[in-house]
Amino acid sequence: MTDVLFYMFAALALGGGMGVVAGRNPVASLLSMVLSLGSVSVIFVLLEAHFLAAVQLIVYAGAIMVLFLFVIMLLNLGHDYRPDLRVTLWLIAPFAAGGALFGILARGLRATGAPAGADSPVDTAVEEYGAIGAIARPLYTEWVVPFEITGILLLVAIVGALALAKKRV
Amino acid sequence: MITESLVLSALLFTIGTLGVLIRRNAIIMFLCIELMLNAVNLTFVALSRVVGIDGQLFVFFVMTVAAAEAAVGLAIIISIFRHYETVDVESFNLLKW
Repeated sequence: MTDVLFYMFAALALGGGMGVVAGRNPVASLLSMVLSLGSVSVIFVLLEAHFLAAVQLIVYAGAIMVLFLFVIMLLNLGHDYRPDLRVTLWLIAPFAAGGALFGILARGLRATGAPAGADSPVDTAVEEYGAIGAIARPLYTEWVVPFEITGILLLVAIVGALALAKKRV
Repeated sequence: MITESLVLSALLFTIGTLGVLIRRNAIIMFLCIELMLNAVNLTFVALSRVVGIDGQLFVFFVMTVAAAEAAVGLAIIISIFRHYETVDVESFNLLKW
């Protein structure tokens, strides 16, 4: 059952990703992106990362994608159907990059042995503190300084975005 | 399922890279960058099954940075559009050599 779900949503995620690259209309590309993000969030659920799946749907597929849609509609780009592909020899590079990434991952997996999903450390943490507590506990104790720095980063992003998009700079 | 997730993540990352390289619409290139970030998030979540919960924390930070990056990047795209009336990256090559 889990495997069937996994392969189904993996195919949807890949199809959505291809739709992003192949779509002529920016709005269609964006909707494919939402499909891809939603499918990846289902895969997060299958990997027992329930909180991240919810955050992925709310923040990524919700907020960030609506921001993109807003900009596309603000700039009135929905009518541009001219093909804008730039196909060159560089096409080889992404495949090489993907292959290299996968090679590194496969080597790492072989070094650590076949990963067992059954008695994963995540499961024990979730059992002890709950799905949100398992993330929140290290976030507010061990990683509290990066967490605060992230807050400053968001402030900088707000100020930067306002300053950039202002009429007169 | 972890190995399959890693394969899926590598494929998604490849699609994102392909999109950044072959599209000229700045917003689509930006979407493809988000796709690559998402693929990396999937890697983190899959490997957190093996290594521990810290991987999931990192996904949290990556999502925050992605949100900040989207806000600033889209602001840059808007201000470029005001100047050039297009989002085709071939049109603005001031920093290109």
